[in-house]
Amino acid sequence: MEFMLSEEQRMLQESVVGYLESHCPLDRVRKAADAGETIANDVSDGLGELGIPGIVVPEDYGGVGLGFLEAALVAEALGGAVAPVPYSATSIMAPVAVLAGGSDRQRDEWLPKIASGETIVAVGVNEQVGRRESEGILASQDALSGKAMFVLEGMEADAYLIADSSGALHMIAGDAQGLERTKLKTIDRTRSVVEISLNATPAEVLANTTSSREPLLATIDAGRLMLAADTLGAAQAMLDQSVAYAKERRQFNRPIGSFQAVKHMCAEMAAELEPCRSLVWYAAHSVRAIPEEARLMICHAKAHLSEVGRFVARTATEVHGGMGFTDLLGLHYWFKRIGFNRQLLGAPELVREEAARVQGLVG
Amino acid sequence: MDLAYSQEHEAYRDEVRRFLENNKDKAPGSGSTAQDWQQLLIENGYAARTIPTEYGGAGQEPDILKSHILAEEFAHAKVPPGHSGDNRIVPVLLELGTEEQKQRFIGPTIRGEMQWCQGYSEPGSGSDLASLQTKAHVDGDDFVINGQKIWTSGAKTAHMMFCLVRTEPDAPKHQGISYLLIPMGTPGMDVRPLKQMTGDSFFNEVFFTDCRVPTTEIIGKRGEGWNVANATLKHERGGLGDPNQAESRFRDILELMKTETIDGQRLIDIPSFRDRAMALQARVLAMKFNGMRVLSHTIKGEEPGLPRWIVKLQGCELNHQTAALAIDVMGELGILYDESPYVRNHGMWQHRYMMDLGLIIGGGTAQIQKNIIGERALGLPKEPKFDKPI
Repeated sequence: MEFMLSEEQRMLQESVVGYLESHCPLDRVRKAADAGETIANDVSDGLGELGIPGIVVPEDYGGVGLGFLEAALVAEALGGAVAPVPYSATSIMAPVAVLAGGSDRQRDEWLPKIASGETIVAVGVNEQVGRRESEGILASQDALSGKAMFVLEGMEADAYLIADSSGALHMIAGDAQGLERTKLKTIDRTRSVVEISLNATPAEVLANTTSSREPLLATIDAGRLMLAADTLGAAQAMLDQSVAYAKERRQFNRPIGSFQAVKHMCAEMAAELEPCRSLVWYAAHSVRAIPEEARLMICHAKAHLSEVGRFVARTATEVHGGMGFTDLLGLHYWFKRIGFNRQLLGAPELVREEAARVQGLVG
Repeated sequence: MDLAYSQEHEAYRDEVRRFLENNKDKAPGSGSTAQDWQQLLIENGYAARTIPTEYGGAGQEPDILKSHILAEEFAHAKVPPGHSGDNRIVPVLLELGTEEQKQRFIGPTIRGEMQWCQGYSEPGSGSDLASLQTKAHVDGDDFVINGQKIWTSGAKTAHMMFCLVRTEPDAPKHQGISYLLIPMGTPGMDVRPLKQMTGDSFFNEVFFTDCRVPTTEIIGKRGEGWNVANATLKHERGGLGDPNQAESRFRDILELMKTETIDGQRLIDIPSFRDRAMALQARVLAMKFNGMRVLSHTIKGEEPGLPRWIVKLQGCELNHQTAALAIDVMGELGILYDESPYVRNHGMWQHRYMMDLGLIIGGGTAQIQKNIIGERALGLPKEPKFDKPI
């Protein structure tokens, strides 16, 4: 019985965190945001050299072949650094979809270039999670028509992986005929979502996704897990900054952290957040080790991290007083990242309902 | 990350299961007494596991996983687990008691023949325990004790009290305290039950008026009582907020929601109730996995740090919220109590709701827990102190 990170996992974590600390400080994040970019190419290239785009792609396809716990540790590090780098969709959801739903030929075609970072694949499954205004995507023969909203990492993408109204997954080239892309402006300037509109656009269906919804569900699971882990990292960064600020900032001749009012806010954040780490670890570990539990655990991780993330984001802002509300400190980058993660791929109530359904509690 | 148990521990689990199957009928309540059951468990190494045999224990090597397996299997079989006597006083006796004290107290305590109560809190000394005012002065071979204790759990049935009293009135507050052992019923001692909000009277006030105990009935030296007490507080805090208990209560509430109905509809089928149950389940699971993380570090002899510091605060709050949800989903039935018509389980959830609030306050209040987390785990500065001799 050993519920803790292995030596190798800690080393991976340290190397990614270390890389981001030196190459992706807040100044770099600001520079990208001010330029309207949701990708810092130098940071993305650096992570590519560490093998991050292929972290879950098997070695046979040129990837690193690691598991979902390792993938979650990377997501946590990216959230911690509010890194403007495509990851959850292209590096995790897309390979999961291709592995689970692609034919041998499709795997051979897509996985190596995803793993090398040469191709960025945006993922649009929103209509299968909760359709809003979009009419969805209709497939007829080898062409798609309709609209997909909230396609994740869409501004950086070379290709799109889109779910049609039946749940089948299709690969579409970025320059395909009839494809139009509209950027959706969100609170979070470190990641992109777009609307994709298709008009008899040529597409290739992933072979095993017409007969089974399982590849789609596995893709959504993987995405939710990454968003939960991203929030864990972002919330931990907000807590760390709050503690540092409470030690340094003085009022009434004392550090404000010596006042119980402030100390208890920090303690409550830590007490809420620390068990989340174990929940994310367990959910990530279960994907391969205890697959029968994985969907339930991922739903809980996604919903619970969204709730605790929101609590930490507002409390950490309050600990910083007026400074927390300014752009000067940049705390809002984490605040918005957490807010983005909460809404995407199912806000808490929706995901909790799925947690109930998974265990047979919905009559 | 490896959630499997070793062969040795799997074999141990099988052995415990076999024992429970064969001996379940001897558990207290079905003909046998709690003391007989405890004796049987000690003989089989399932109670007082690590207490040396010379003091009546099972004398086995410490093995945290085996203790964990025992707790899990006994909980699963819904059979009362064995104990190691009183987990507040026995570790203190083993660590700091004289040989004569160990011989005299440990055996009867682990057999369940000798029960203890804790004389710490006073009306004016709760969270600031070290400010306590109950005094003892030496007269001949005796300490003579005067003062008052409060919140003394089990004082009506206990045989002995371990008690903090001020013996060095001129020393700074933490250095003037001694740790005394007092037989209950000693002349000059008056126990008055304190009725609680639940209707039970588990707590008591204990008054001392020229109450005499021999000066040999002390653990550690005079003035060292605060350090001795901290060893026991550590043991008590470790036990509150147990994630296994939260998990088992969550199972109870799911069962309740599947069986109780409103307008003919199962409670679990009402989306707003179901949503609250799911939010609670996520917290229960997070604390369970946090517990596995604490356990994994402890097995390796490492200090778990923050994951351990938060257990009391989060675990007690979780139990309280579980009870709150049970009351809410029961609607009007939720207010029934005791022996009322239509009452479910004698009003168990209302009783728990109140008891769990008591446990949020007792054993180091939630606010004291937050100070501990803030200061020890996060390194935030303490409040400025203005301590002076009392």
